[in-house]
Amino acid sequence: MPIQYYIILAAALFCIGVVGVLIRRNAIIVFMCIELMLNSVNLMLVAFSKMHYALGNATNKGEPINIGTDAQLFVFFIMVVAAAEVSVGLAIIVMMYRNVHSTDVNFLNRLKN
Amino acid sequence: MIALLLILVPVIGGLIALFIKNETTVKGFALLVSIITLLLALAGVYSNSSSQLHYDISWMPDLGSRITLGLDGVSKILVLLTAISLPIIITATYKNTYPGAGKFYGLMFLCQAGMLGVFLSMDVLLFYFFWELALIPAYFLCSIWGGEKRIQVTFKFFVYTFVGSLLMLVSILFIYFKTPDHSFAMQSFYHVKLSASQAQWMFWLFFIALAIKMPVFPFHTWQPDTYEQAPTAVTMLLSGVMVKMGVFAVIRWLLPIFPQASQNNSSIIIIFAVIGMLYASLIAIRQDDMKRLIAYSSIAHVGLMCAALFSNQQVGMQGVIIQMFNHGIVIIGLWIVADAIEKQLGTRKFSELGGLAQKAPTLAILFVVLCLANVALPLTNAFVGEFLMFNGLFLYNPVIAGIALIAIILAAVYTLNMIQKIFYGNTVALTENAHDSSFNINAALVILVIVVIVLGIYPQPMLNLAQQGANLFITKIP
Amino acid sequence: MLVYLVPLFPLLGFLLNGLFRKSLSKSIVGIIGSGAILASFIVSCILFFDVKSGGALQVQPLFQFINISSFKIDFAFQVDQLSALFLLIITGVGFLIHVYSTSYMHDEKNEHFARYFSYLNLFVFSMLFLVLGANYVIMFIGWEGVGLCSYLLIGYWFKNDNYNYAAKKAFVMNRIGDVGFLLGIFWLLSKLGTANYNDVFANVHQLSSTDITGITVLLFIGAIGKSAQIPLYTWLPDAMAGPTPVSALIHAATMVTAGIYMVARSNALYSLSAVAENLVAIVGIATALLAATIAIKQNDIKKVLAYSTVSQLGYMFLGLGVGAYTGSVFHVMTHAFFKALLFLGAGSVIHALHNQQDMRYMGGLRKYLPVTHITFLAGCLAISGIPPFSGFFSKDEILAAAYANHHEVYWALGVVGAGMTAFYMFRLYATTFLGEFRGTEEQKNHLHESPLAITIPLLILALLAVVGGFVNVPGVFGGNSSLHQFLAPVLKTENVPELTSSKDFMLMGVSVGVAILGIVIALAKYIRKPELNEPQGLGKVVANKWYVDEIYNTLIVNPLSYLGAFFKNVIEKSGIDGFVNGVGTFIQYSSRRLRLVQNGKVGTYILLMVFSVVVLFVVFWNQTNIIDFFQKIF
Repeated sequence: MPIQYYIILAAALFCIGVVGVLIRRNAIIVFMCIELMLNSVNLMLVAFSKMHYALGNATNKGEPINIGTDAQLFVFFIMVVAAAEVSVGLAIIVMMYRNVHSTDVNFLNRLKN
Repeated sequence: MIALLLILVPVIGGLIALFIKNETTVKGFALLVSIITLLLALAGVYSNSSSQLHYDISWMPDLGSRITLGLDGVSKILVLLTAISLPIIITATYKNTYPGAGKFYGLMFLCQAGMLGVFLSMDVLLFYFFWELALIPAYFLCSIWGGEKRIQVTFKFFVYTFVGSLLMLVSILFIYFKTPDHSFAMQSFYHVKLSASQAQWMFWLFFIALAIKMPVFPFHTWQPDTYEQAPTAVTMLLSGVMVKMGVFAVIRWLLPIFPQASQNNSSIIIIFAVIGMLYASLIAIRQDDMKRLIAYSSIAHVGLMCAALFSNQQVGMQGVIIQMFNHGIVIIGLWIVADAIEKQLGTRKFSELGGLAQKAPTLAILFVVLCLANVALPLTNAFVGEFLMFNGLFLYNPVIAGIALIAIILAAVYTLNMIQKIFYGNTVALTENAHDSSFNINAALVILVIVVIVLGIYPQPMLNLAQQGANLFITKIP
Repeated sequence: MLVYLVPLFPLLGFLLNGLFRKSLSKSIVGIIGSGAILASFIVSCILFFDVKSGGALQVQPLFQFINISSFKIDFAFQVDQLSALFLLIITGVGFLIHVYSTSYMHDEKNEHFARYFSYLNLFVFSMLFLVLGANYVIMFIGWEGVGLCSYLLIGYWFKNDNYNYAAKKAFVMNRIGDVGFLLGIFWLLSKLGTANYNDVFANVHQLSSTDITGITVLLFIGAIGKSAQIPLYTWLPDAMAGPTPVSALIHAATMVTAGIYMVARSNALYSLSAVAENLVAIVGIATALLAATIAIKQNDIKKVLAYSTVSQLGYMFLGLGVGAYTGSVFHVMTHAFFKALLFLGAGSVIHALHNQQDMRYMGGLRKYLPVTHITFLAGCLAISGIPPFSGFFSKDEILAAAYANHHEVYWALGVVGAGMTAFYMFRLYATTFLGEFRGTEEQKNHLHESPLAITIPLLILALLAVVGGFVNVPGVFGGNSSLHQFLAPVLKTENVPELTSSKDFMLMGVSVGVAILGIVIALAKYIRKPELNEPQGLGKVVANKWYVDEIYNTLIVNPLSYLGAFFKNVIEKSGIDGFVNGVGTFIQYSSRRLRLVQNGKVGTYILLMVFSVVVLFVVFWNQTNIIDFFQKIF
């Protein structure tokens, strides 16, 4: 499958995530959209990693190589960060709901002052 | 060595003065420091040894900037003016009291150090540093010890000059990157090659900063307000010396760095300068406030200097150089009288004054002599400068010189108006019980009057110094 | 080096009297003041006879005044025939006026008495400077110096605001002329690189005719201001605000003759420019006539004399314009005698009447002031040009020269002016000295002849006014025109063709006849019935000086004043400051608007972030275009 398909899919996912963050007011949905953006990046990293590996193989005539492996490493980092983020973020949302009985992000505009 | 000491003495003196609490002590100390500076300046003027007059030490090698100080013809004249003015200002305002006198005199000295630095630096970055150093103490002096409207007026003054400084900084940095050896040294800047359009843009950025400082029409509106609101000692420093920084910087930096652009733009600048002369003179005729009248008169005189600077004639240049000194002397004297009158009678309005000559004849005579110098009567110092400047302007364009000369007619009108309304006529209620000026004011004025007359009769020593300066710079202009 | 003593004495007198004005007694002040002038008069005499016997004296420069690469101006004096003659007039007549002043000003307070004499000495000093200078710049120093002194002396009674106004007017009008003078000097310096008379006149041929015309016309503007010609004459009558001896000094010995001196001095230039010569002649004759008409209707004794001075100066310029340089200088000399005499005589009258200057309240003073009367009559006859009084010779020389140079119109107008001169002078004489006394009883009881310090100068001046003309008796009367011969080395370009003696006599006959006619009409009209009522119709216009002052005020002074007010109140406040403050207000306004973006909603911030990223991308893709754009700007 050509790399463009992956890029388009990832870009589409990313845009959905961005738009979601911008227009939705429910904190949980915003949160999920952020996850969506993170995962679109993950998808991208994996796709490029695979592409570089294939290109490297074609030029090196079967010799063992490790091109593209560091991208997969990044993916793991991102997944770990996302997991950590979920645990903190959900906790914040729960605290927010307890305090103001709402998960509307626009309700919290105290940054203004 | 003298060059370095000239800056160090006021800086150290100023820093010490900041911490002296007792008012009498600090006044004595200030007089002492200012006289030491004056003696140093005199030594510098008479010295010819290059090791005495130049000082050079590494400062920021990564940037290509060095602490390079030097005294040549032009800076000798201005250093002398700066050094003379402080003892006279301190003497004349000796009886004025300031809350926190230590800080007042300390800031005055820092301001003086900044101005001396401007006149001495031979490195652009150092020049810029001192340029700002002179501005900041002046800001505090005006905003702490000024008149009622001091905050807004000083703010205007500061923003005005600071905007100018920033434009100048942009220009300096641009040229810095164009210098072949990436250096702030004067010679590298003089030899920088810029394309015509680059030179044009940088010239205007640089010039506007200096035009605000001088000030040239239409950048002058900060000046009357500031002069009116600032404490008179500071006004003397500002009008006597600080506005000369602008003129000086044109001679030292602008003309040599942008010889071609200065010539291309000379006509528009001269036209604006001449319009400014007439404009300021006409306003001065209608003024009712002594301080504002002197301020507008100063704008008119500086307009002439600016016009003569760009006339691209050696005569005019020499005239400007000596006129910077002469104008400083005369205008400080006028401020002293204005201050003496305001301190004694509590007003500067012509409509409330009159007949003071009967009550204060000594002050009247000294003031009349200074006024005659203000209208550039022959045998006063200002005549020689104005004669040469108008001559330069005439060589540039006779018609413009003719129009500019109208300003000396108007100068006679407003100056004589001022004498008449304050000193002549019958006494009014306010001046009925006035008394003559005190000894310290008379002493300061007499010194100034002697300088005015001696340099009016025998201006040759000044002209020789100015010749050195003019020779140096005129050769740069194609 | 003797010549440097001439101005030194008055300078010393000025300094002594000025600095010690509070401690010196009046008699010492008078002795210092008059003595200083006497000393310079003696030195001047020595110089004069030196010049007479040995030709022009070369004088070493005292020091270099302005020495720069493009030109050199020495602080140098020069004594030749012309300046020697002027030295004698200035110091001689000046001395008499000083002596006169010691008595006339005796009522002043000690301090002001000394101030008066110090100003007077400074005045003479400046005038000596003017005539002694060896180049135009030194002349200009004296030139402005006399302007300053006239300012100080006209405004001597500084409590009176009208006097101050007159003083200011004198200074400013002189300044207007000075601007022309300065421009002329600049022009000379730019073309020849020197302002020394000798160098300039030796190198006239290097100047193009445009240069010469330009320089001479500009210098003449200076002369117009200083010598009170149209259009800058209005300061001189107002200058009557000063004490009467000062008027005498301004009108006779110093100041107003400066313009004549300058043009005569520059005769080498003027003779080369027909335009300038015609201008000088036209301005001269026009002023002579205009001032004469005004003088006819004045009632202030000093104002009449003032306008007669303006008119006589017009004659001198007419002489200069038609090339009769000697005639003009001669008229300066005789005019100095009789005008000083007339002013001092008028001062004596005013003194006797306790500061009454209006002729309508005088009359019949012949009985009470015999010496003043007889000397004044001599002065009147001299100025009217009755032979053999001095004015006859000098005025006739100018008119004859105008005729001889084929300016018959100028001659005819000059004769008309001479008739008017005789008329208004004898109107003055008749109203003042003849008829019945019209003042108050109290004044009448106090009428007395003035003291010796006043009458002796009057007698000396009267003698000079009577015989002064004999130094230059023309050929037709068997004289040898000795002044001509004396001045010939300086006034080289004198251009007066010889007239046949019959024609010469005819011309004299006409002008003397007209003058006598004027005298007869005046006496017939005013001995019995002096003009006491306010004039009507044209007379009123003339009595109000043709409303010239009002016209100047409406056309020049007031518009400038309004312009100043407009600049001050509108342009400065709303225009420039409005713009400057407008920038500040705009920034404040826009920051208030822009602040609303920071609304505290996370969504808005993220939206802005996304937009910025997009913009950055666009910029990044078009990098080359943008750099090109900036390079185009710089």
